[in-house]
Amino acid sequence: MTSDWRPVASIETLRARAKLVAQVRHFFAERDVLEVETPVLGHGGSTDVHLASLSCHAMTPAGRERLWLQTSPEFAMKRLLAAGSGPIFQIARSFRDGEVGRRHNVEFSMLEWYRPGWSLDELIDETQGLIRALLPINPGPTRQRRYRDLFIEQLRLDPFTTSLAMLRNAAEERSGMEMKAAERDECLDLLMSLVIEPTLGCGGIDIVVDYPASQAALAKRHQDPRDGSWVASRFEIYLKGIELANGYDELTDASEQHRRFDEDNAARCTAGLPQVDVDHRLLDALQAGMPEGSGVALGLDRLIQLALGKDSLEQVLAFPTPRC
Amino acid sequence: MANYSTNEFKGGLKVMLDGDPCSIVENEYVKPGKGQAFNRVKLRNLMTGRVWERTFKSGESLEGADVLDQDMEYLYTDGEMWHFMKTDGSFEQYAVDKKALGDAEKWLKEQVVYNVILWNDNAISVTPPNFIELEVVETDPGLKGDTAQGGSKPATLSSGAVVRVPLFINQGEVLRIDTRSGEYVSRA
Repeated sequence: MTSDWRPVASIETLRARAKLVAQVRHFFAERDVLEVETPVLGHGGSTDVHLASLSCHAMTPAGRERLWLQTSPEFAMKRLLAAGSGPIFQIARSFRDGEVGRRHNVEFSMLEWYRPGWSLDELIDETQGLIRALLPINPGPTRQRRYRDLFIEQLRLDPFTTSLAMLRNAAEERSGMEMKAAERDECLDLLMSLVIEPTLGCGGIDIVVDYPASQAALAKRHQDPRDGSWVASRFEIYLKGIELANGYDELTDASEQHRRFDEDNAARCTAGLPQVDVDHRLLDALQAGMPEGSGVALGLDRLIQLALGKDSLEQVLAFPTPRC
Repeated sequence: MANYSTNEFKGGLKVMLDGDPCSIVENEYVKPGKGQAFNRVKLRNLMTGRVWERTFKSGESLEGADVLDQDMEYLYTDGEMWHFMKTDGSFEQYAVDKKALGDAEKWLKEQVVYNVILWNDNAISVTPPNFIELEVVETDPGLKGDTAQGGSKPATLSSGAVVRVPLFINQGEVLRIDTRSGEYVSRA
């Protein structure tokens, strides 16, 4: 008999975790944000090229169907917004295949919430407020950093205008990887992960804004008033080199959303990745009209890990995937 | 050999990289909030002992290396090769060349058990036990009465290694040595 049946997180840690989760619910109750529950299984999945979805087959009233384990509760929550829910939050079990490491587990708890009518700046403020409410000590000041400025400061490269050849060189130099055939975003992702991310959130909470327009995912795009470049209306929050949250000024245009889903599946095809069923009910909801507003997804396990001063995610999980 | 994907990389897994067998030391999965995932991997090159740091696209794979750790007893040298024998009862012998023997050469003693790494059934490295007992074959005469503190002198051991020992040690004595640091521990 091995000791693998035992939880990785101590019972004491699980008590501390439960308290933090209760605090999250209290935070939203005080602000009149409705807690909702949406299905873990969906007829559609995330088409994001860099997310691997799990799926299963289930016998339903429609016969045997393929259903997708949600990579975040985003689509179902947006349908609630379109149905007039007003502000909502959810602590949702989410699944991402292959994401395994010190900061990743195949299944994890996502804290996601939506604020109809709010600007991205208002949501940034609330998100960092929630993070501060859960941390036992003041992590230092909050700073807002533009994606472009971070690259120029730390790599002396303008991520928007530097030639692809120069980006490939920089990525190759930093990683030792062969990058000759790499695309622009792949080079940027690599440099972000290896060089910039480890420096973020040291001595404070760092909010990264104005991502390249090509990395908009489900966010709107806008033109930077300072230099006219197109950027994604998106933010990410970092603390101690760990990415905690990812927020959007939500895309509400159904046809633009449909186009991005199709582009993703085309890119998946090129990369030899499986196609993912598009969530047509989300598209219908957008068509019916989802209120303008902002939303954010926060890795709750990571925030709990930081709040409890643990070095890895599994230390705050009862049974991480290897022990499930 | 099987191929292993970055998701399966964990400490101790043996893989081929740039034609050399390596042992995975550490594997970190990194992913920007949205975008491509990578693995930052530290690997020990088993031929040179050096640690490499490499980045892979998540999901890339490396060929497994046919590497085995074996306990073997040192038998003798014929001047060109050093001969070891498995301790599993098979009496199977392996000849090790100078390159694979490396630093272990100065800690060799007959009948002592060493850790030998085999790659495709060839010995590529030899690690001595952490502590080994060896006889002093040459040193300045011991100073009587000086058993406690102060001073050291070089002593040549039966294996050829030269270590610093306390002044009271005499030729012919057997000493316990830490092979990792090359330091004297005690009289055996």
